[in-house]
Amino acid sequence: MLSQILYALPFLAQGFALTLWVSLLVVVLSLIAGVILGVGLVYGPAPLRWAVRIFSDTIRGIPILVLIFFVYYGLPAVGVHLQSFWAAVLALTLFKTAQVVEYLRGAVASIPKGQSEAAMAIGLTFRQRLVYVVFPQAFRRFLPPWINGVTDAVKGSALVSLLGITDLMQAINQVIGRTYEAMPLYILGALIYFAVNYALSYASRRLEQRFAFIRD
Amino acid sequence: MANSSNNSPALLDIAEVSKSFGSVEVLRSVGLQVAKGEVVTVIGPSGSGKTTLLRCVNFLESYDSGSIRIDGKEVGFRDGGARQRRSERDLAGMRAETGMVFQGFNLFPHLTAAGNIMLGLTKVRGKSTSEARAAAEHWLGRVGLAHKADSLPAELSGGQQQRVGIARAVAMEPKILLLDEITSALDPELVGEVLAVVRSLAEDGMTMVMVTHEMAFARDASSRIVFMADGSVSAVGPPKEVLAAETTNERLRTFLARFRASHF
Ligand SMILES: Nc1ncnc2c1ncn2[C@@H]1O[C@H](COP(=O)(O)OP(=O)(O)O)[C@@H](O)[C@H]1O
Ligand SMILES: [Mg+2]
Repeated sequence: MLSQILYALPFLAQGFALTLWVSLLVVVLSLIAGVILGVGLVYGPAPLRWAVRIFSDTIRGIPILVLIFFVYYGLPAVGVHLQSFWAAVLALTLFKTAQVVEYLRGAVASIPKGQSEAAMAIGLTFRQRLVYVVFPQAFRRFLPPWINGVTDAVKGSALVSLLGITDLMQAINQVIGRTYEAMPLYILGALIYFAVNYALSYASRRLEQRFAFIRD
Repeated sequence: MANSSNNSPALLDIAEVSKSFGSVEVLRSVGLQVAKGEVVTVIGPSGSGKTTLLRCVNFLESYDSGSIRIDGKEVGFRDGGARQRRSERDLAGMRAETGMVFQGFNLFPHLTAAGNIMLGLTKVRGKSTSEARAAAEHWLGRVGLAHKADSLPAELSGGQQQRVGIARAVAMEPKILLLDEITSALDPELVGEVLAVVRSLAEDGMTMVMVTHEMAFARDASSRIVFMADGSVSAVGPPKEVLAAETTNERLRTFLARFRASHF
């Protein structure tokens, strides 16, 4: 049994690499898109605010599995054909973006109005107020839910196996298919996911401590 | 120190400013001129529009009609009288000419005392980090906090935080300083250290408009006192006149009587 698992390790490692790659893409893309849309939601003109609000509420109202199938099987109907890998990345990114929008909105809303006003009073422009006063403070509130969301993304990436992509989950299933060693392999898989997310949580706690400049 | 603005052109010229929040008229044709070097104290009952007036002066709040000029330049609207709001960049530039100290301090909690002061100096005034640091240390020295340059706001007492707030405002070398009840959030024993700083700035000729309930301080430190009631200037004059117990202004007399009853 052990030798079979050892034999399968390189294959599992490939799956693991793909899991990390999908997660990384989703996390980075959703962070960029989410922050841009989130700023639009908080500070933008009314039409933009409505558009972002509708986007975010809609996406968050759909189970992620449905979103993945919708992007993969639904978009071709309107002429958009994506490889399963990119369909999965797009679906997960849309899902995460909607979350990032909410984290950002919440984080910015938690900064007292007096902070922006004090920044205005010394003559900072809108962009400067965001960069030097609002965001550095909002970052601290943004971080904990966002890191939680990152661990979600790593776990959620297991769903891409449903599109036949050989991520860690799919690799494990295939090895089980060959070896019939279900229990040890699922345990191994669980340990790997746990290790990644534990490392992320640990990093986030360290970061939070580093940014704990406000007494509250 | 100038006692009257009649003979010198006003540094701050507020003319017929009116403002409503919804259907509530908060400022009713307010007029006030402040000459360079004057310390004008605004008193009046809660809700009379003192804070709103101050916020209009650096355009944290817009107003519906009238004009507010500093050194002849309209603060919030473009020159030419069309009541076109200034661009964001222009507004920022105008606001840098007025300093504001807030009741709740509003220090930036993620920056040290020196960092709070340096932000505007580097990003708005374009000073180098070392110039800004030197200026920050100078002003922290002026408010008696040279040793707290590297402390975060959370590590300072309320009185110390407010002194940093004052240093942050004056380090920008504004033409005029606006102070809105800057001691109201402080424990009584910390009020004195903050007022002492204000007094020393006044002695240096800093032009100030100050809202306060510290009547003794208003009497001693002001060139003039403005009494606001229901959104308009109800009385204005030298402290001795405005605070005189035998004033004929009914509302002022009621205010002062109530004030004395509750504060002495
Ligand atoms: N942002 C606002 N929206 C609506 N009403 C306001 C707002 N700010 C102040 N007011 C109202 O305007 C009036 C004057 O307020 P304010 O200028 O704060 O008075 P003061 O500083 O003299 O106590 C009050 O009736 C207050 O409720
Ligand atoms: Mg007030």
